[in-house]
Amino acid sequence: MTQVTTSIPPPAVGTPVVEMRGISISFPGVKALADVDFRLLPGEVHALMGENGAGKSTLIKALTGVYTIDEGTVTVAGTDHRFTSPADSQAAGISTVYQEVNLCTNLTVAENMLLGREPHRFGRIDVKAMNRRARSVLDRLGLSIDPGSSLGEHSIAIQQLVAIGRALDIDARVLILDEPTSSLDADEVAKLFAVMSDLRDQGVAILFVSHFLDQVFEISDRMTVLRNGKLVGEYLTRDTTQLTLVEAMIGRELETLDRLEHQAPTAAPDEARVPLLQVLGLSRKGSLQAVDLEIYDGEVIGVAGLLGSGRTELARLLFGADTADAGTIDVRGSRRRFRTPRSAIGAKIAFSSENRRAEGVVEDLTIADNMLLTLQAARGWLRPVPQRTRDRLVEEYIKALDIRPPDPAALMRNLSGGNQQKVLLARWLITQPELLILDEPTRGIDIGAKTQIQQLVAKLADEGMSVVFISTELEEVLRLSDRVVVMRDRAKIADRFNDESVTVAGILATIAAGGAELKEEDSDA
Amino acid sequence: MRELVRRPLFWSTLALLLLIALNTAVTPSFLSVRLQDGHLYGSLIDILRNGAPVLLVALGMTLVIATRGIDLSVGAVAAIAGAVACVYIAGSDRPAATSTVVSAVALAVGVCILLGLWNGFLVSVFGIQPIIATLVLMTAGRGLAMLITDGQITTVVNPAFKVLGAGFVATLPVAILIALAVFAVTAVLARRTALGMLIESVGINPEASRLAGVRARTITWTVYVFCAFCAGVAGLMIASNTSAADANNAGLWIELDAILAVVIGGTSLAGGKFSLLGTLVGAMFIQTLATTIPTIGIPAEANYLFKAVVVIAVCLLQSPRVRAAFRSRRPVSTVKAGAA
Repeated sequence: MTQVTTSIPPPAVGTPVVEMRGISISFPGVKALADVDFRLLPGEVHALMGENGAGKSTLIKALTGVYTIDEGTVTVAGTDHRFTSPADSQAAGISTVYQEVNLCTNLTVAENMLLGREPHRFGRIDVKAMNRRARSVLDRLGLSIDPGSSLGEHSIAIQQLVAIGRALDIDARVLILDEPTSSLDADEVAKLFAVMSDLRDQGVAILFVSHFLDQVFEISDRMTVLRNGKLVGEYLTRDTTQLTLVEAMIGRELETLDRLEHQAPTAAPDEARVPLLQVLGLSRKGSLQAVDLEIYDGEVIGVAGLLGSGRTELARLLFGADTADAGTIDVRGSRRRFRTPRSAIGAKIAFSSENRRAEGVVEDLTIADNMLLTLQAARGWLRPVPQRTRDRLVEEYIKALDIRPPDPAALMRNLSGGNQQKVLLARWLITQPELLILDEPTRGIDIGAKTQIQQLVAKLADEGMSVVFISTELEEVLRLSDRVVVMRDRAKIADRFNDESVTVAGILATIAAGGAELKEEDSDA
Repeated sequence: MRELVRRPLFWSTLALLLLIALNTAVTPSFLSVRLQDGHLYGSLIDILRNGAPVLLVALGMTLVIATRGIDLSVGAVAAIAGAVACVYIAGSDRPAATSTVVSAVALAVGVCILLGLWNGFLVSVFGIQPIIATLVLMTAGRGLAMLITDGQITTVVNPAFKVLGAGFVATLPVAILIALAVFAVTAVLARRTALGMLIESVGINPEASRLAGVRARTITWTVYVFCAFCAGVAGLMIASNTSAADANNAGLWIELDAILAVVIGGTSLAGGKFSLLGTLVGAMFIQTLATTIPTIGIPAEANYLFKAVVVIAVCLLQSPRVRAAFRSRRPVSTVKAGAA
């Protein structure tokens, strides 16, 4: 793919209002941004794209003065700037609306829009003048709400627009919208986009960040793609396809890895067989659209999709970590309702979260305590796991998973990421689950541990355990899975057997096309 | 030795020993314990006996703090326990009978458990911040105690009730025995069953614990009930010692002493790992300090100030950051050896 380079001649257009050159930012041990160029033209909507951790928010924070840049230059409207605080950047005409609306719901719309810049009269706030000024900004946004009404009365979408209104009142030349649509429904998004188009026509430069590809293609004129803190390229939206974009974001590493030797449960599951798990219409508002899924014994289901595509949300619903609004889960033919993880554990389901630190590791406890936590919790506090069983299990799993240090009394906080992951796996394996849900089990761990975990998954499946394997790395998903489920925009868009015809490129195409291309090939529904 | 120095218990024990040494230097008879009428007497015994309520409350507080919580209502709960027991005894047909005391104590403890259920309910079900949730009962509880006693100091004359706080069994004050018994039972429950580990797990990482199937809510709820139980027993001791229920002053500020005892004992207010033995040492330290102040001739006006200075010094001693700051002045090789 030729687009995946940095050497595209910039399409000739007016003078950029923002020009960032050679931006580098390092945090201890991490180079968050390396030599990134970025420009923003007046009167355009510019999408900043990349997976989580690609450096999007770092770049935005460099532009808004939250982070100080290590190297590089920032030019706004022809003047060099060195922002050391958000106030500097605001003074230069850059306004930001963050994902989480940070306004005061107990104040009025006008108060929120003019907070800190209220018009005064005889030493007191001139409410009439304030409402008048707010009214004129609201008109510009096409909003017909009362500036004197309290902000909390309005929907999140309106609040978002008010936040934009606040930015406009500062007379922003540059407007940064960080994931503004993540909590909006389709109508609200349409409204926001209408406002964005208007502002663009008025000459405002808009920087737009969103995980939703369709939205990006609908609203943006130009895109910049980052990956691993580096610039991949700048593209004109009208000359780009979703496939190109996805490839640029993920960065294809098409070195074909051998599929792991793993006896897939032979051929198509026969109709009479009762699935281990049968999921129908499982959904939760704002996080997952209705999903159907069948999981048979000994099957490895790979879940592919970009971050924010609904992968983790699906896993959490299956495990009862979140509760579903609708849909049913049958375990071996009997209806179950998981309100808490505990009830899912009772049904022999295990879930290893992608967020190891926040949702897995109990840092100040030992390896042994961490391993036995779930088993102990299931037994209840009155029946401690007998010392002998405890020692045996811990020793067995330390050896089987090659955990280092091999010291049951070592504190979890002192282990490397890979070893912590192994301890967490052991925690679940000790409970002898029938379904193991692994969300990004190999993220951020070294290659050795990664291979060991992959081999373990294959071995467990051979022994009859069903595994749901979620990973950003498509190669890994293809290597391990019997079936591949593809997610996009919080919905399942494809579900097919992983035979020779399934390739990384094919899955990328499916993600890019929203599933349309492969729908007819779906091997089971 | 290095291993020993790094343990928080080392510093609190050292501080306690120093305090005892200081007292002995000023009053040589400080350490002496004499037997009189089959009862043990002496400064050390006084400290143990007077420290029993704080120790009890601190035990409950330790578990609450381990779950990332705090219970400010223990003083008020203690006052309610005293009020309920005294009013019941004073109002009964046979105010001097032992059976009356048994019912009174049962009733008072039962009320305290209800109060603990209330605290735990607010914290674990409604997710109200513990400091706010228990602040409700801290203020309302005193009022409740006042209502129960009708705003009077209710006095009782009952030998059986007097035993709780001022009696002796086998030469030792009953208060000490009760406190140590609760300590022993708590220690066994926490360390011989899985309760301690599960409490720590919830305190260290509540979300990870929930996802691992730990009944985080039930555990949190239980520790508040236990804490109120401990506070209730402490309140009975206080009331028994004075043979009266003083709704205004019984257990006043005991929550602060208890929290201090827990912190001095090395349990972090951030929750997680806890040390019951540390709390025992901490409670004894607080009580010894209270005894020391008049002994070494510090004027009553400076009482609180002195206490504050000592407490800050002990907390600084325990702080890993402060110790690291001191260590970094020494040659690097020492640091490495220390860390290894």
